[in-house]
Amino acid sequence: MSEGFVSRAFRGRRRNPELEGRLPPGQYATPDFPVLSAGPTPRTPLDRWDFSLMGEVDGARRWSWQEFGALPSETVTRDIHCVTKWSKFDTTWRGVSVDTLLAGVETAADHVVAFCDGGYTTNLPLEDVTDGKAWIAYEYEGEALAPEHGGPARLLVPHLYFWKSAKWVRGLELVSEDRPGFWETLGYHNYGDPFQEQRYQGD
Amino acid sequence: MAVPLGTTGPDSAARVRWRLAEVAAVVDETPRVRSLFLTVPGWPGHRAGQHLDLRLTAEDGYRAQRSYSIASPPEDPRIALAVERIEDGEVSPYLAGEVRVGDKLELRGPIGGYFVWNAAAGGPLLLVAGGSGVAPLMAMLRHRAAARSDVPTTLLYSSRSFEEILFREELDRLAAADPSLRVVHALTRSQPEGWAGQRRRIDAEMLEEAAGLPLPEALAFVCGPTRLVENVAIDLLTLGYKAHRVKTERFGPSGS
Amino acid sequence: MTKDDADRRLDGNAAGGLLAEVFRVEMTTVETACAGCGARAPVGELLRYGHEMGAILRCATCDTAVIRVARTRDRHWLDLRGARVLRLDGTPL
Repeated sequence: MSEGFVSRAFRGRRRNPELEGRLPPGQYATPDFPVLSAGPTPRTPLDRWDFSLMGEVDGARRWSWQEFGALPSETVTRDIHCVTKWSKFDTTWRGVSVDTLLAGVETAADHVVAFCDGGYTTNLPLEDVTDGKAWIAYEYEGEALAPEHGGPARLLVPHLYFWKSAKWVRGLELVSEDRPGFWETLGYHNYGDPFQEQRYQGD
Repeated sequence: MAVPLGTTGPDSAARVRWRLAEVAAVVDETPRVRSLFLTVPGWPGHRAGQHLDLRLTAEDGYRAQRSYSIASPPEDPRIALAVERIEDGEVSPYLAGEVRVGDKLELRGPIGGYFVWNAAAGGPLLLVAGGSGVAPLMAMLRHRAAARSDVPTTLLYSSRSFEEILFREELDRLAAADPSLRVVHALTRSQPEGWAGQRRRIDAEMLEEAAGLPLPEALAFVCGPTRLVENVAIDLLTLGYKAHRVKTERFGPSGS
Repeated sequence: MTKDDADRRLDGNAAGGLLAEVFRVEMTTVETACAGCGARAPVGELLRYGHEMGAILRCATCDTAVIRVARTRDRHWLDLRGARVLRLDGTPL
Protein backbone atom coordinates (compact mmCIF):
# COMPACT_ATOMS: atom_id res chain seq x y z
CA MET A 1 0.00 0.00 0.00
CA SER A 2 2.77 2.41 0.91
CA GLU A 3 5.49 0.88 -1.28
CA GLY A 4 7.95 3.48 -2.36
CA PHE A 5 6.99 5.86 0.43
CA VAL A 6 9.73 8.19 1.62
CA SER A 7 9.52 10.14 4.89
CA ARG A 8 10.04 13.79 3.99
CA ALA A 9 13.44 15.08 5.09
CA PHE A 10 14.31 11.92 7.01
CA ARG A 11 17.98 11.16 6.50
CA GLY A 12 18.48 8.35 8.98
CA ARG A 13 21.96 7.56 10.00
CA ARG A 14 24.45 9.68 8.16
CA ARG A 15 26.25 7.88 5.37
CA ASN A 16 29.95 8.38 5.14
CA PRO A 17 30.87 8.25 1.42
CA GLU A 18 34.37 9.54 2.25
CA LEU A 19 34.95 6.33 4.15
CA GLU A 20 34.24 4.09 1.19
CA GLY A 21 36.74 1.26 1.15
CA ARG A 22 37.16 1.23 4.89
CA LEU A 23 33.43 1.14 5.63
CA PRO A 24 31.68 -2.05 4.51
CA PRO A 25 28.56 -1.62 2.33
CA GLY A 26 25.44 -0.51 4.18
CA GLN A 27 27.33 0.47 7.34
CA TYR A 28 27.68 3.86 9.04
CA ALA A 29 30.54 4.88 11.29
CA THR A 30 29.82 5.76 14.90
CA PRO A 31 31.97 6.91 17.80
CA ASP A 32 29.57 5.11 20.16
CA PHE A 33 29.79 1.52 21.28
CA PRO A 34 26.18 0.33 21.19
CA VAL A 35 25.29 -2.68 23.30
CA LEU A 36 23.21 -5.48 21.87
CA SER A 37 22.35 -8.40 24.12
CA ALA A 38 20.31 -11.51 23.47
CA GLY A 39 19.89 -12.06 27.19
CA PRO A 40 20.75 -10.88 30.66
CA THR A 41 24.38 -10.12 31.43
CA PRO A 42 25.94 -13.16 33.11
CA ARG A 43 27.96 -12.57 36.25
CA THR A 44 30.55 -15.28 36.68
CA PRO A 45 32.99 -14.57 39.51
CA LEU A 46 36.57 -14.71 38.27
CA ASP A 47 37.47 -17.51 40.70
CA ARG A 48 34.83 -19.63 38.99
CA TRP A 49 35.69 -18.51 35.46
CA ASP A 50 37.68 -20.78 33.17
CA PHE A 51 38.31 -21.16 29.49
CA SER A 52 38.12 -24.54 27.79
CA LEU A 53 39.15 -26.06 24.52
CA MET A 54 37.13 -29.17 23.84
CA GLY A 55 35.62 -31.35 21.16
CA GLU A 56 37.88 -32.94 18.61
CA VAL A 57 41.18 -32.24 20.28
CA ASP A 58 43.83 -34.66 21.43
CA GLY A 59 43.01 -33.70 24.99
CA ALA A 60 40.73 -31.04 26.45
CA ARG A 61 42.48 -28.00 27.84
CA ARG A 62 41.32 -25.66 30.54
CA TRP A 63 42.72 -22.41 31.94
CA SER A 64 41.64 -20.71 35.14
CA TRP A 65 41.35 -16.89 35.08
CA GLN A 66 44.77 -16.67 36.67
CA GLU A 67 46.35 -19.10 34.21
CA PHE A 68 44.68 -17.33 31.32
CA GLY A 69 46.06 -13.99 32.44
CA ALA A 70 49.55 -15.49 32.51
CA LEU A 71 49.39 -16.49 28.83
CA PRO A 72 51.20 -14.20 26.38
CA SER A 73 48.85 -11.43 25.29
CA GLU A 74 48.64 -9.17 22.26
CA THR A 75 47.28 -5.68 21.82
CA VAL A 76 45.47 -5.11 18.55
CA THR A 77 43.64 -2.16 17.00
CA ARG A 78 40.87 -3.06 14.56
CA ASP A 79 37.64 -1.78 13.01
CA ILE A 80 34.50 -3.62 14.11
CA HIS A 81 31.24 -3.99 12.18
CA CYS A 82 27.85 -4.85 13.68
CA VAL A 83 25.16 -6.38 11.49
CA THR A 84 22.76 -3.72 12.84
CA LYS A 85 24.77 -1.37 10.59
CA TRP A 86 27.11 0.51 12.88
CA SER A 87 30.87 0.29 12.46
CA LYS A 88 33.43 1.54 14.90
CA PHE A 89 36.96 2.32 13.80
CA ASP A 90 40.23 1.77 15.61
CA THR A 91 39.05 -0.13 18.64
CA THR A 92 41.93 -1.37 20.77
CA TRP A 93 41.83 -4.69 22.56
CA ARG A 94 44.18 -6.81 24.60
CA GLY A 95 43.82 -10.54 24.86
CA VAL A 96 45.19 -13.94 24.03
CA SER A 97 45.51 -14.96 20.41
CA VAL A 98 43.53 -18.09 19.59
CA ASP A 99 46.76 -19.32 17.96
CA THR A 100 48.35 -19.30 21.41
CA LEU A 101 45.53 -21.42 22.81
CA LEU A 102 45.68 -23.87 19.91
CA ALA A 103 49.49 -24.21 19.93
CA GLY A 104 50.37 -27.88 20.03
CA VAL A 105 46.75 -28.99 19.67
CA GLU A 106 46.20 -31.89 17.28
CA THR A 107 42.78 -31.75 15.63
CA ALA A 108 40.98 -32.96 12.54
CA ALA A 109 38.26 -30.38 13.06
CA ASP A 110 37.67 -27.59 10.62
CA HIS A 111 35.02 -25.62 12.50
CA VAL A 112 34.75 -24.16 15.95
CA VAL A 113 31.74 -23.34 18.08
CA ALA A 114 32.32 -20.63 20.67
CA PHE A 115 30.24 -21.23 23.80
CA CYS A 116 29.40 -18.66 26.43
CA ASP A 117 27.87 -17.95 29.81
CA GLY A 118 24.17 -17.42 29.23
CA GLY A 119 23.98 -20.11 26.57
CA TYR A 120 25.01 -18.06 23.53
CA THR A 121 26.90 -19.86 20.76
CA THR A 122 28.38 -18.88 17.41
CA ASN A 123 30.13 -20.98 14.77
CA LEU A 124 33.18 -20.17 12.66
CA PRO A 125 35.54 -21.97 10.30
CA LEU A 126 38.68 -22.93 12.20
CA GLU A 127 40.77 -21.05 9.66
CA ASP A 128 38.95 -17.83 10.59
CA VAL A 129 40.14 -17.96 14.18
CA THR A 130 43.75 -18.93 13.42
CA ASP A 131 46.72 -17.18 11.83
CA GLY A 132 46.33 -13.99 13.81
CA LYS A 133 42.65 -13.46 13.02
CA ALA A 134 41.02 -13.97 16.43
CA TRP A 135 41.60 -13.31 20.11
CA ILE A 136 40.03 -13.94 23.46
CA ALA A 137 39.97 -10.30 24.58
CA TYR A 138 39.81 -9.20 28.21
CA GLU A 139 40.76 -5.54 27.88
CA TYR A 140 39.15 -2.80 25.83
CA GLU A 141 40.86 0.58 25.43
CA GLY A 142 43.22 -0.22 28.27
CA GLU A 143 40.54 -1.15 30.78
CA ALA A 144 39.16 -4.47 31.94
CA LEU A 145 36.41 -5.41 29.48
CA ALA A 146 33.08 -4.24 30.91
CA PRO A 147 30.38 -6.88 31.49
CA GLU A 148 27.99 -5.16 29.07
CA HIS A 149 30.60 -5.54 26.33
CA GLY A 150 31.27 -9.17 27.13
CA GLY A 151 33.62 -9.08 30.12
CA PRO A 152 35.41 -10.76 31.67
CA ALA A 153 36.36 -12.01 28.20
CA ARG A 154 34.89 -12.13 24.71
CA LEU A 155 35.90 -13.65 21.43
CA LEU A 156 37.21 -11.01 19.02
CA VAL A 157 37.01 -11.84 15.31
CA PRO A 158 37.00 -8.36 13.78
CA HIS A 159 36.92 -9.40 10.13
CA LEU A 160 33.42 -10.88 10.55
CA TYR A 161 30.18 -9.22 11.72
CA PHE A 162 30.41 -8.60 15.41
CA TRP A 163 27.82 -11.20 16.51
CA LYS A 164 30.61 -13.68 15.78
CA SER A 165 32.72 -11.97 18.46
CA ALA A 166 30.82 -13.80 21.20
CA LYS A 167 30.49 -12.02 24.52
CA TRP A 168 31.11 -13.83 27.83
CA VAL A 169 32.94 -16.58 26.00
CA ARG A 170 33.97 -19.60 28.06
CA GLY A 171 35.49 -21.85 25.46
CA LEU A 172 35.83 -23.18 21.96
CA GLU A 173 34.56 -26.54 20.82
CA LEU A 174 36.36 -27.90 17.79
CA VAL A 175 34.01 -29.82 15.51
CA SER A 176 34.39 -31.51 12.16
CA GLU A 177 30.79 -30.83 11.24
CA ASP A 178 29.68 -27.20 11.22
CA ARG A 179 27.02 -26.42 13.81
CA PRO A 180 25.18 -23.07 13.33
CA GLY A 181 24.91 -20.98 16.50
CA PHE A 182 22.39 -18.68 18.17
CA TRP A 183 21.85 -16.13 15.38
CA GLU A 184 22.98 -18.41 12.57
CA THR A 185 19.96 -20.65 13.27
CA LEU A 186 17.67 -17.62 13.21
CA GLY A 187 18.29 -16.48 9.67
CA TYR A 188 21.64 -14.75 10.01
CA HIS A 189 24.44 -15.62 7.61
CA ASN A 190 26.53 -18.62 8.48
CA TYR A 191 29.81 -16.84 7.73
CA GLY A 192 29.08 -13.11 8.04
CA ASP A 193 31.68 -11.21 6.01
CA PRO A 194 30.76 -7.51 6.31
CA PHE A 195 32.58 -6.56 3.09
CA GLN A 196 30.46 -9.10 1.18
CA GLU A 197 27.44 -7.82 3.13
CA GLN A 198 26.63 -11.34 4.30
CA ARG A 199 24.01 -10.33 6.82
CA TYR A 200 21.35 -12.95 6.29
CA GLN A 201 21.11 -16.46 4.94
CA GLY A 202 20.98 -16.26 1.18
CA ASP A 203 23.09 -13.08 1.00
CA MET B 1 5.92 -28.54 21.51
CA ALA B 2 2.58 -28.00 19.89
CA VAL B 3 1.31 -24.94 18.13
CA PRO B 4 -2.42 -25.05 17.50
CA LEU B 5 -3.26 -22.46 14.91
CA GLY B 6 -5.49 -19.69 16.14
CA THR B 7 -8.33 -18.33 14.15
CA THR B 8 -7.56 -15.13 12.37
CA GLY B 9 -9.72 -12.11 12.99
CA PRO B 10 -11.51 -10.58 10.02
CA ASP B 11 -9.25 -7.58 9.66
CA SER B 12 -6.13 -8.86 11.41
CA ALA B 13 -4.07 -8.66 8.25
CA ALA B 14 -5.04 -5.01 7.99
CA ARG B 15 -3.47 -4.32 11.37
CA VAL B 16 -0.16 -5.79 10.38
CA ARG B 17 -0.19 -3.83 7.17
CA TRP B 18 1.59 -0.49 7.04
CA ARG B 19 -0.69 2.45 6.41
CA LEU B 20 -0.11 6.15 5.84
CA ALA B 21 -1.19 8.53 8.55
CA GLU B 22 -1.27 12.30 8.22
CA VAL B 23 -0.01 14.68 10.87
CA ALA B 24 -3.02 16.81 11.77
CA ALA B 25 -1.52 18.78 14.65
CA VAL B 26 1.70 19.15 16.58
CA VAL B 27 1.77 20.35 20.19
CA ASP B 28 4.86 20.97 22.30
CA GLU B 29 3.91 19.56 25.69
CA THR B 30 7.16 20.09 27.58
CA PRO B 31 10.68 21.18 26.60
CA ARG B 32 11.42 17.60 25.53
CA VAL B 33 8.09 16.08 24.57
CA ARG B 34 5.92 16.81 21.57
CA SER B 35 2.47 15.39 20.91
CA LEU B 36 1.67 14.35 17.36
CA PHE B 37 -2.01 14.11 16.42
CA LEU B 38 -2.54 11.82 13.47
CA THR B 39 -5.46 11.03 11.23
CA VAL B 40 -5.23 7.45 10.04
CA PRO B 41 -7.54 6.47 7.17
CA GLY B 42 -9.01 3.05 7.88
CA TRP B 43 -7.81 2.97 11.50
CA PRO B 44 -9.58 -0.06 12.98
CA GLY B 45 -9.85 1.49 16.47
CA HIS B 46 -7.78 0.72 19.53
CA ARG B 47 -8.01 0.06 23.22
CA ALA B 48 -6.47 2.25 25.91
CA GLY B 49 -2.89 1.10 26.54
CA GLN B 50 -2.10 -0.25 23.10
CA HIS B 51 0.84 0.87 21.01
CA LEU B 52 1.66 1.15 17.32
CA ASP B 53 4.77 0.63 15.22
CA LEU B 54 6.00 3.61 13.26
CA ARG B 55 8.66 3.50 10.58
CA LEU B 56 10.63 6.12 8.71
CA THR B 57 12.16 5.60 5.30
CA ALA B 58 15.00 7.73 3.91
CA GLU B 59 15.52 8.52 0.21
CA ASP B 60 18.16 5.80 -0.04
CA GLY B 61 15.80 3.17 1.36
CA TYR B 62 17.24 3.18 4.87
CA ARG B 63 14.56 2.45 7.44
CA ALA B 64 14.19 2.92 11.16
CA GLN B 65 11.28 1.55 13.18
CA ARG B 66 10.06 2.32 16.70
CA SER B 67 7.04 1.54 18.86
CA TYR B 68 4.99 4.32 20.44
CA SER B 69 2.20 4.06 22.95
CA ILE B 70 -1.07 5.66 21.97
CA ALA B 71 -2.01 8.48 24.35
CA SER B 72 -5.45 9.19 22.91
CA PRO B 73 -8.54 7.30 24.08
CA PRO B 74 -10.53 5.00 21.79
CA GLU B 75 -13.25 7.66 21.73
CA ASP B 76 -10.98 10.15 19.95
CA PRO B 77 -10.93 9.87 16.14
CA ARG B 78 -7.34 11.16 16.03
CA ILE B 79 -4.40 9.16 17.29
CA ALA B 80 -2.11 11.01 19.70
CA LEU B 81 1.51 10.05 20.36
CA ALA B 82 3.83 11.69 22.88
CA VAL B 83 7.35 11.67 21.49
CA GLU B 84 10.25 12.41 23.81
CA ARG B 85 13.21 14.00 22.00
CA ILE B 86 16.43 12.10 22.62
CA GLU B 87 19.38 14.24 21.59
CA ASP B 88 21.46 11.62 19.81
CA GLY B 89 18.45 9.55 18.82
CA GLU B 90 17.60 8.68 15.25
CA VAL B 91 13.82 8.70 15.15
CA SER B 92 12.71 10.94 18.00
CA PRO B 93 14.57 14.11 16.84
CA TYR B 94 12.79 13.71 13.50
CA LEU B 95 9.35 13.15 15.01
CA ALA B 96 9.73 15.77 17.72
CA GLY B 97 11.59 18.31 15.57
CA GLU B 98 11.32 17.97 11.81
CA VAL B 99 7.76 16.70 11.40
CA ARG B 100 5.11 19.31 10.61
CA VAL B 101 1.39 19.37 9.95
CA GLY B 102 0.52 17.69 6.64
CA ASP B 103 3.46 15.26 6.73
CA LYS B 104 2.74 11.58 6.19
CA LEU B 105 3.95 8.88 8.57
CA GLU B 106 3.90 5.13 8.03
CA LEU B 107 2.47 3.13 10.88
CA ARG B 108 0.72 -0.11 11.74
CA GLY B 109 -1.39 -1.24 14.63
CA PRO B 110 -2.87 -1.13 17.10
CA ILE B 111 -0.68 -3.72 18.82
CA GLY B 112 -0.88 -5.32 22.23
CA GLY B 113 -3.80 -6.88 24.04
CA TYR B 114 -2.02 -7.30 27.32
CA PHE B 115 -1.37 -3.81 28.68
CA VAL B 116 -4.92 -2.57 28.13
CA TRP B 117 -7.74 -1.31 30.30
CA ASN B 118 -11.32 -0.35 29.70
CA ALA B 119 -14.00 0.90 32.00
CA ALA B 120 -15.66 -2.53 32.12
CA ALA B 121 -12.47 -4.05 33.53
CA GLY B 122 -13.09 -2.13 36.75
CA GLY B 123 -10.59 -1.64 39.53
CA PRO B 124 -9.68 -0.01 41.87
CA LEU B 125 -7.04 1.18 39.49
CA LEU B 126 -3.50 2.19 40.28
CA LEU B 127 -1.53 3.78 37.46
CA VAL B 128 2.18 4.38 37.97
CA ALA B 129 4.19 6.32 35.41
CA GLY B 130 7.70 7.55 34.91
CA GLY B 131 8.39 10.33 32.40
CA SER B 132 6.83 9.85 28.98
CA GLY B 133 5.65 6.43 30.18
CA VAL B 134 2.51 8.28 31.21
CA ALA B 135 1.29 8.12 27.57
CA PRO B 136 -0.62 4.80 27.59
CA LEU B 137 -1.91 5.57 31.10
CA MET B 138 -3.19 8.90 29.78
CA ALA B 139 -5.18 6.94 27.19
CA MET B 140 -6.71 4.99 30.09
CA LEU B 141 -7.54 8.14 32.07
CA ARG B 142 -9.02 9.84 29.02
CA HIS B 143 -11.07 6.75 28.24
CA ARG B 144 -12.17 6.53 31.86
CA ALA B 145 -13.38 10.14 31.71
CA ALA B 146 -15.08 9.68 28.35
CA ALA B 147 -16.85 6.56 29.65
CA ARG B 148 -17.84 8.45 32.83
CA SER B 149 -16.36 5.66 34.89
CA ASP B 150 -16.09 6.22 38.62
CA VAL B 151 -13.69 3.35 39.26
CA PRO B 152 -11.50 4.61 42.13
CA THR B 153 -8.24 5.52 40.43
CA THR B 154 -4.86 6.84 41.50
CA LEU B 155 -2.15 8.04 39.17
CA LEU B 156 1.29 8.22 40.76
CA TYR B 157 3.50 10.00 38.29
CA SER B 158 7.23 10.57 38.55
CA SER B 159 8.89 13.37 36.58
CA ARG B 160 12.30 14.97 36.84
CA SER B 161 11.00 18.51 37.26
CA PHE B 162 7.78 20.49 37.29
CA GLU B 163 8.38 21.64 33.71
CA GLU B 164 8.70 18.06 32.52
CA ILE B 165 5.32 16.87 33.80
CA LEU B 166 3.41 15.78 30.71
CA PHE B 167 -0.29 16.65 30.40
CA ARG B 168 -0.10 18.53 33.74
CA GLU B 169 -2.99 20.89 33.19
CA GLU B 170 -5.24 18.22 31.77
CA LEU B 171 -4.46 15.96 34.72
CA ASP B 172 -5.28 18.82 37.10
CA ARG B 173 -8.60 19.36 35.34
CA LEU B 174 -9.49 15.68 35.35
CA ALA B 175 -8.70 15.30 39.05
CA ALA B 176 -10.54 18.51 40.02
CA ALA B 177 -13.68 17.35 38.24
CA ASP B 178 -13.69 13.83 39.63
CA PRO B 179 -13.58 12.91 43.32
CA SER B 180 -12.82 9.28 42.45
CA LEU B 181 -9.57 10.22 40.69
CA ARG B 182 -6.41 11.12 42.56
CA VAL B 183 -3.24 12.37 40.88
CA VAL B 184 0.01 12.37 42.87
CA HIS B 185 3.17 13.85 41.37
CA ALA B 186 6.70 12.97 42.40
CA LEU B 187 9.48 15.31 41.25
CA THR B 188 12.83 13.59 41.50
CA ARG B 189 15.39 16.22 40.48
CA SER B 190 14.07 19.65 41.20
CA GLN B 191 10.94 21.04 42.78
CA PRO B 192 9.45 24.52 42.49
CA GLU B 193 9.30 26.62 45.61
CA GLY B 194 6.51 25.55 47.91
CA TRP B 195 6.08 22.20 46.15
CA ALA B 196 3.68 20.13 48.23
CA GLY B 197 4.01 16.87 46.28
CA GLN B 198 6.54 14.08 46.59
CA ARG B 199 10.25 14.84 46.24
CA ARG B 200 11.88 11.49 45.63
CA ARG B 201 11.77 8.46 43.42
CA ILE B 202 8.71 6.25 43.72
CA ASP B 203 9.13 3.68 46.49
CA ALA B 204 6.97 1.25 48.45
CA GLU B 205 6.09 3.80 51.08
CA MET B 206 4.95 6.28 48.46
CA LEU B 207 2.89 3.63 46.67
CA GLU B 208 1.16 2.67 49.89
CA GLU B 209 0.54 6.29 50.81
CA ALA B 210 -0.85 7.10 47.37
CA ALA B 211 -3.05 4.08 46.84
CA GLY B 212 -3.40 2.34 50.19
CA LEU B 213 -3.21 -1.41 50.58
CA PRO B 214 -4.75 -3.19 47.64
CA LEU B 215 -8.19 -4.74 47.58
CA PRO B 216 -8.20 -8.23 46.05
CA GLU B 217 -9.60 -6.89 42.77
CA ALA B 218 -7.11 -4.01 42.54
CA LEU B 219 -5.44 -3.56 39.15
CA ALA B 220 -2.14 -1.84 38.55
CA PHE B 221 -0.53 -0.59 35.34
CA VAL B 222 3.08 0.53 35.47
CA CYS B 223 4.84 2.22 32.56
CA GLY B 224 8.16 4.02 32.29
CA PRO B 225 11.89 3.39 32.18
CA THR B 226 12.70 -0.27 32.70
CA ARG B 227 14.30 0.21 36.09
CA LEU B 228 11.39 2.19 37.51
CA VAL B 229 8.92 -0.37 36.21
CA GLU B 230 10.77 -3.30 37.73
CA ASN B 231 11.25 -1.63 41.11
CA VAL B 232 7.61 -0.58 41.30
CA ALA B 233 6.38 -4.03 40.24
CA ILE B 234 8.34 -5.64 43.08
CA ASP B 235 7.06 -3.06 45.57
CA LEU B 236 3.47 -3.68 44.47
CA LEU B 237 3.79 -7.44 44.99
CA THR B 238 5.23 -6.76 48.44
CA LEU B 239 2.25 -4.52 49.20
CA GLY B 240 -0.08 -7.40 48.34
CA TYR B 241 -0.99 -6.84 44.71
CA LYS B 242 -1.57 -10.09 42.86
CA ALA B 243 1.07 -10.77 40.21
CA HIS B 244 -1.44 -11.24 37.40
CA ARG B 245 -3.13 -7.95 38.33
CA VAL B 246 0.08 -5.94 37.86
CA LYS B 247 0.70 -5.10 34.21
CA THR B 248 3.97 -3.57 33.14
CA GLU B 249 5.22 -1.78 30.07
CA ARG B 250 8.96 -1.13 29.97
CA PHE B 251 10.10 1.81 27.87
CA GLY B 252 13.78 0.86 27.97
CA PRO B 253 16.54 3.11 29.26
CA SER B 254 15.45 6.42 30.65
CA GLY B 255 16.39 8.87 27.94
CA SER B 256 17.10 6.51 25.05
CA MET C 1 21.02 -7.85 37.91
CA THR C 2 22.97 -4.83 36.75
CA LYS C 3 21.75 -1.42 35.80
CA ASP C 4 22.84 -2.14 32.25
CA ASP C 5 20.69 -5.21 32.11
CA ALA C 6 17.63 -3.44 33.31
CA ASP C 7 18.05 -0.87 30.59
CA ARG C 8 18.14 -3.37 27.79
CA ARG C 9 15.14 -5.46 28.79
CA LEU C 10 11.68 -4.73 27.48
CA ASP C 11 8.35 -6.53 27.77
CA GLY C 12 7.26 -9.15 25.32
CA ASN C 13 4.58 -6.62 24.53
CA ALA C 14 7.21 -4.73 22.51
CA ALA C 15 7.49 -7.67 20.09
CA GLY C 16 3.75 -7.66 19.36
CA GLY C 17 4.14 -6.17 15.89
CA LEU C 18 6.88 -8.56 14.79
CA LEU C 19 5.00 -11.60 16.11
CA ALA C 20 1.79 -10.48 14.44
CA GLU C 21 3.62 -10.50 11.11
CA VAL C 22 4.10 -14.23 11.61
CA PHE C 23 0.97 -15.37 13.42
CA ARG C 24 -1.57 -12.83 12.15
CA VAL C 25 -3.21 -12.77 15.53
CA GLU C 26 -2.66 -10.59 18.57
CA MET C 27 0.18 -12.44 20.26
CA THR C 28 0.82 -10.49 23.46
CA THR C 29 -2.09 -12.23 25.20
CA VAL C 30 -1.13 -15.71 24.00
CA GLU C 31 -0.21 -17.92 26.95
CA THR C 32 3.14 -19.70 26.87
CA ALA C 33 4.55 -22.49 28.99
CA CYS C 34 8.33 -22.31 29.38
CA ALA C 35 10.12 -25.49 28.31
CA GLY C 36 12.81 -24.76 30.90
CA CYS C 37 10.81 -24.40 34.10
CA GLY C 38 7.17 -24.78 33.11
CA ALA C 39 6.25 -21.23 34.13
CA ARG C 40 3.15 -19.98 32.36
CA ALA C 41 2.98 -16.41 31.14
CA PRO C 42 1.36 -14.40 28.39
CA VAL C 43 3.80 -13.35 25.68
CA GLY C 44 3.38 -9.76 26.89
CA GLU C 45 4.95 -10.72 30.22
CA LEU C 46 8.01 -12.41 28.77
CA LEU C 47 11.18 -10.32 28.77
CA ARG C 48 12.34 -9.06 25.42
CA TYR C 49 16.01 -8.89 24.47
CA GLY C 50 17.83 -8.69 21.17
CA HIS C 51 16.21 -5.59 19.75
CA GLU C 52 17.44 -4.84 16.25
CA MET C 53 18.63 -8.34 15.35
CA GLY C 54 15.38 -9.99 16.33
CA ALA C 55 13.23 -10.57 19.38
CA ILE C 56 14.46 -12.97 22.03
CA LEU C 57 11.59 -13.46 24.47
CA ARG C 58 12.80 -14.98 27.71
CA CYS C 59 11.01 -16.52 30.66
CA ALA C 60 10.91 -14.04 33.54
CA THR C 61 11.49 -16.90 35.98
CA CYS C 62 14.38 -18.84 34.48
CA ASP C 63 15.67 -16.81 31.48
CA THR C 64 15.00 -19.62 28.98
CA ALA C 65 14.52 -18.21 25.46
CA VAL C 66 10.85 -19.14 25.05
CA ILE C 67 10.39 -17.55 21.62
CA ARG C 68 13.07 -16.39 19.20
CA VAL C 69 11.93 -14.55 16.11
CA ALA C 70 13.79 -12.55 13.49
CA ARG C 71 12.92 -10.93 10.21
CA THR C 72 15.59 -11.03 7.53
CA ARG C 73 14.61 -9.03 4.48
CA ASP C 74 11.35 -10.73 3.39
CA ARG C 75 11.61 -13.84 5.59
CA HIS C 76 10.70 -14.65 9.15
CA TRP C 77 12.56 -17.12 11.35
CA LEU C 78 10.82 -18.58 14.34
CA ASP C 79 12.26 -20.83 17.05
CA LEU C 80 9.78 -22.15 19.60
CA ARG C 81 11.98 -24.78 21.23
CA GLY C 82 11.73 -22.90 24.51
CA ALA C 83 7.94 -23.05 24.50
CA ARG C 84 6.35 -26.24 25.76
CA VAL C 85 3.05 -24.97 24.45
CA LEU C 86 1.41 -21.85 23.10
CA ARG C 87 -2.28 -21.28 23.61
CA LEU C 88 -3.71 -19.08 20.89
CA ASP C 89 -7.22 -17.88 21.54
CA GLY C 90 -7.68 -16.34 18.16
CA THR C 91 -8.11 -12.88 19.59
CA PRO C 92 -8.88 -10.79 16.53
CA LEU C 93 -6.19 -8.18 16.05
